[in-house]
Amino acid sequence: MQQPFRLADVGRLGAAAPVNFTFDGKPFTGLTGDTLASALLANGVHLVGRSFKYHRPRGIVSAGAEEPNALVGIHRDAARKTPNVRATVQEVHAGLEAVSQNRWPSLAFDVGALNDAASPFFSAGFYYKTFMWPKAAWERLYEPFIRRAAGLGVAPDQPDPDVYANRFAHCDVLVIGAGAAGLAAALAAADTGARVILADEQAETGGALRFETGAAIDGRPGWDWAKAVTADLAARDNVRLLTRTTGFGYYAQNIVGLVERLTDHLAKPAPEQPRERLWQVRAKRVVLATGAIERHMVFAGNDRPGIMLASAARTYLNHFGVAVGRNVAVYTADDSAWLAALDLKRAGVGIAAIVDARSEIRGAHVEEARRLGIECLEGHAVTATAGRLRVSSIQVRPLAGGAGRVIPCDALITSSGWTPAVHLFSQSRGKLAFEAETQRFLPGTSAQDVDCVGACGGSIDLAQTIEQALEAGTRADGAQGRRATIVKDVRGEVWSGGMLGTAETGTGVKAFVDFQNDVTAKDIRQAVREGMRSIEHVKRFTTTGMATDQGKTSNMHGLAIAAEMLGKPIPEVGLTTFRAPYTPVTFGALAGHSRGALFEPVRRTPIHSWAQEKGAAFEDVGQWKRAWYFPEAGEDMHAAVARECRTVRESAGIFDASTLGKIEVVGPDAARFMELMYTNPWAKLGVGRCRYGVMLREDGFIYDDGVVGRIAEDRFHVTTTTGGAPRVLNHMEDYLQTEFPDLRVFLTSTSEQWAVIAVQGPRSRDIIAPLVDGIDLSDAAMPHMSVREGTVCGVPARLFRMSFTGERGFEINVPADYGRTVWEAVWAEGEKRGACAYGTETMHVLRAEKGFIIVGQETDGTVTPQDAGLIWAIGKNKADFVGMRGLRRADLVAPGRKQLVGLRTKDPNTVLDEGAQIVADPHQAVPMTMLGHVTSSYWSENCGHSIALALVAGGHDRMGETLYVPMPGGAIAVEVASTVFFDEKGERANG
Amino acid sequence: MLLIHCPYCQEDRPELEFRHAGEAHIARPADMAALSDEDFERFFFIRSNPKGVVFERWRHMHGCARFFNAARDTVSDRFLKTYKAGEPKPDLGGEGR
Repeated sequence: MQQPFRLADVGRLGAAAPVNFTFDGKPFTGLTGDTLASALLANGVHLVGRSFKYHRPRGIVSAGAEEPNALVGIHRDAARKTPNVRATVQEVHAGLEAVSQNRWPSLAFDVGALNDAASPFFSAGFYYKTFMWPKAAWERLYEPFIRRAAGLGVAPDQPDPDVYANRFAHCDVLVIGAGAAGLAAALAAADTGARVILADEQAETGGALRFETGAAIDGRPGWDWAKAVTADLAARDNVRLLTRTTGFGYYAQNIVGLVERLTDHLAKPAPEQPRERLWQVRAKRVVLATGAIERHMVFAGNDRPGIMLASAARTYLNHFGVAVGRNVAVYTADDSAWLAALDLKRAGVGIAAIVDARSEIRGAHVEEARRLGIECLEGHAVTATAGRLRVSSIQVRPLAGGAGRVIPCDALITSSGWTPAVHLFSQSRGKLAFEAETQRFLPGTSAQDVDCVGACGGSIDLAQTIEQALEAGTRADGAQGRRATIVKDVRGEVWSGGMLGTAETGTGVKAFVDFQNDVTAKDIRQAVREGMRSIEHVKRFTTTGMATDQGKTSNMHGLAIAAEMLGKPIPEVGLTTFRAPYTPVTFGALAGHSRGALFEPVRRTPIHSWAQEKGAAFEDVGQWKRAWYFPEAGEDMHAAVARECRTVRESAGIFDASTLGKIEVVGPDAARFMELMYTNPWAKLGVGRCRYGVMLREDGFIYDDGVVGRIAEDRFHVTTTTGGAPRVLNHMEDYLQTEFPDLRVFLTSTSEQWAVIAVQGPRSRDIIAPLVDGIDLSDAAMPHMSVREGTVCGVPARLFRMSFTGERGFEINVPADYGRTVWEAVWAEGEKRGACAYGTETMHVLRAEKGFIIVGQETDGTVTPQDAGLIWAIGKNKADFVGMRGLRRADLVAPGRKQLVGLRTKDPNTVLDEGAQIVADPHQAVPMTMLGHVTSSYWSENCGHSIALALVAGGHDRMGETLYVPMPGGAIAVEVASTVFFDEKGERANG
Repeated sequence: MLLIHCPYCQEDRPELEFRHAGEAHIARPADMAALSDEDFERFFFIRSNPKGVVFERWRHMHGCARFFNAARDTVSDRFLKTYKAGEPKPDLGGEGR
């Protein structure tokens, strides 16, 4: 017989179409509208997983988002394998494939359950105590073992093929939760004309009205009212109704993150349909109507499959038409479970007994239970349960003492009361207040424009809930407090009672507080005994409340047990802060479209396509793609770079320098501003001349460098490092706007406006000469470090004569759109004269041969101009520049600072590793005294030996000294040398 | 995400458009060369980092690109006032603590 626990004429799925799905490969049938949990229960399946630590058999605890136990994997196809899905949230659809987790070889027989027998070994804090020694065993033995044995689902092994959408929205009133409170608030807000967004995590609105049969509103059953209001709201233009949408995070100034699940409930989603949509809603006012979460009772063996929350059993019955058993026992300290028992009994389900930990219980529900012939045991506790993979009996004992007895059952429903879902309120930085009488944390002082209505605000009365909700909804921005909405005849159930912690303290038993992390009452007591005083410590020591459910059902129990042990009131022990997300959110939803090629912009120069066609290898420099080297047929990187390096110095090379940062500094006070921003003097720099500029921070350390050309009295063409362009402009703007606002200067980023073609080498002038008009290229007219305006290939150009290679060199700046055309013309001339195109690697080698630094490679934010050998770049007669005072700080002028030097390996063929440490004596004891490190290191084809630059303590006074670079293969001997390895006199740049 | 009022644009714009730029009202000494070590330390390294009202600089980086000042309560993370660079510290009346 199919779905043996589905009751005829009970619940709301009625004649819904059947759907077929599988669980662990076994076929099952459920109904459209079922969750995986309700469909499994309809088939009598309670055992759905194994627990995290002890591998104990576990079943379905709840009927909602708070589920701690029933986590399964959902496999749609090879790539779409979602772990840790709550079976109580996942809707069934045709072909749904669910698998249990954390079990081997099978769910019913699991080897890992040995952990349960060995549980003394895994007690609270076992991580900290058991696995401390020997140290090496942690990596090799303990951690891999724990990782394999403990855990939940398995992450998918392929990239997520789904797309995720992202949307920003604004509204007057955002209502989270569409139960009675949320619907009423949304209705009232909508009636004022406000723009309303109403979100609910379930597939349907209604909240607790799904199971609360005693509720009636406007003269009809609560559920019917909910459906009518929902239809009304859905039809309004000023209301957006989002189901399957969880409000997971409450951020500053009323921004709330919602995640809408769009396809997980569909058998065949359209291929282009996003799986989820992230909503970032900014609301003038937020109404939280998030309800309350029922707690389980804490007693020995309370985790067997078949033991669940009373409200869950009632939801499965009244909404899904599913009986959770045929002979159901009840263990409670709250009236709500009595009402669940009555509903079950009336539907024809046997009630084995109602065990209530409270003594002297009375009320209509008690009388009704007795009238229906249910055995009611007040002042009793459940002290043990039996049944290997499903509960088969409970042991009951009077709390006052006396003999116990065993009551057979096939399910046990429990309730220890309700915890208001104040998570989002707490995330909003609202303060919680403890109500001692009811032992609840309730919303206290708000930090944002937010109202909490209904059960999450502490209401236990439906009429009061509706009243609060209408009030809150009407407070919508712009409404003058006129309430148009009328809801009459509200009648609800009132549940009283509730308890925290354990009714009876057994020893050596497993009374679970936190199912998902396998934390027992005993663990929490032990944590207190071992000295944990605050709940923050208890939580971390025991891991209670730290699983993916964040302790929704368990936190209050854990707190109460700790408080009892400490003999302190609950608020003094504390409540941990609630943090986003309320329930787990996929990375996909958070990443949205920002993945793959859309993760970060890719910047390409105007010459990029040419380099690509020539087969260049590229490297990433920040967001830029830069040509790294241009291999010819049969060349590896080493050969290509060696050839390029040689060719530049023998003939010429052409290099795409377009990525350099460029800032146009313009205005009557431009020179004065440059004097302040750079160490160098600028006032007397002639128009048409260039200078290498060093920029410091106020503390005296090198911030950036670059060649600056004076285009006119009031105009400088400033270049920065490729990566430094944005921060240098920010640095300049900062000083200009806030420290020197009287200077008449304008700063404009021109980095992407100019394409820059560097032509370097002895034949560079010959190459560009045929293309240049209006500029005299002779050495006399245009010496090294000068700049001219003219045309190149008929295109307006700024032509710099400068060199980052040490060779005679030019840098042609043309408007970016002409970059490739001019490049091709230069290339054609270059080819005739034996020039090559070269990439960034050759650029690096050639500049290192000359000892030119790269900011960020030779410097690291702690290097001064003196350290880098750039003292010549500091204007001696300047009254002020940024960093001038910083340079005089005692530590910056102290002897022994790390200074930039060259290193020559004793074996000319050995190329050092960049970043390698340098010591004086390689035989000294470990840890060695390190003198510095290698900043740049290359094979120099032009020198015929390796070259390296390094920062070495007192390096300028160590010329000729032998130092060592200890490496795994032995120490490498190096000689401290000048940073200039090639053309020491610097003659080549001039001629 | 915070909404920040740019005193130049005269608009509330999302935090994403702005960049924080450290404590406000620390003027760079006019005579840097004569600054003692102690004064340089106070100017460059020492920041107040209070719990409560902080005066800080922001830049409307992806907007008008202007630097401006703000008074913000670090406890509530609320902006009490934003004002143009160069203007004096505002009197926050009862708003500050």
